[in-house]
Amino acid sequence: MTRLLPYPLLSAALLLLWLLANQTVRPGQILLGAAVALVGGWALTALQPPKARLRRPAAALRLGGRVLVDIIRSNIAVGRIVLGLNGRRERRSGFIDIPLELRDQKGLAALACIITSTPGTLWVNFDPARGTLMIHVLDLIDEEEWARTIKGRYETLLLEIFQ
Amino acid sequence: MSAAAELPVWVAILTAALVLLGAALALVGSIGLLRLRGFYDRVHAPTLGATLGAGSIALASMIYFSALETRPVLHEALILIFVAVTTPVTLMILVRAALFRDRAENDDPLLRPGEGVARLDADARDPRETRG
Repeated sequence: MTRLLPYPLLSAALLLLWLLANQTVRPGQILLGAAVALVGGWALTALQPPKARLRRPAAALRLGGRVLVDIIRSNIAVGRIVLGLNGRRERRSGFIDIPLELRDQKGLAALACIITSTPGTLWVNFDPARGTLMIHVLDLIDEEEWARTIKGRYETLLLEIFQ
Repeated sequence: MSAAAELPVWVAILTAALVLLGAALALVGSIGLLRLRGFYDRVHAPTLGATLGAGSIALASMIYFSALETRPVLHEALILIFVAVTTPVTLMILVRAALFRDRAENDDPLLRPGEGVARLDADARDPRETRG
């Protein structure tokens, strides 16, 4: 089993991707997709990435929902800034350091996707020695507020999922 | 176009609204790229088109072709997944390259006034931009 399917989740994802891309569930394509999934799994063994487990799917779904809401909200916020609709308040942008408890590589990768996917925040650097994440924020009102948002909204759920 | 004319009105309206929304977001993002000052501010703007903009156009495509072919057409979701997974890599490389250049030129944005927090005001022109 482990020799044939070293990364079952990845192979399942590859098969799903193949079927989605070909828009079919015909047996021939399933067979071809399965072959792709198998070879993909074998190829990955050469890289030896740490294995992922699908833990706490409910937390992952909650996180997905939060990210979706935040993407819509921050799109509106950045749109207003660009068009100059955010009143007369002087806008300040800058870098913030946020201490993180998250150390898992996949969790950090997911956080990077979230932070770059929400307009207005940008992943700059993660210092693994100090465990601090540096982000750039377009509309920096309160540094503490941003640190709370990242830690409270995303990090707690990511810790649940990945650690 | 004859096939499109047979679509229910709500599908047509929903598709048009979503495509327009996506296009508008991409436009606002491009305007932002032009209007904002300084590299670190500017790089935020195009994400509008890459996130919600791409999302609403993909959703419009899913709805339109699902209604047209009377079966679920969902492979646009792959575009969104690949965009979401690949943009962080590009953005990180760009930002770190900019940071590297600034530091090499002794203009560390983290050391600009404001207790380690860079101030890139809308009116303060970035001297780096004057160079071609």
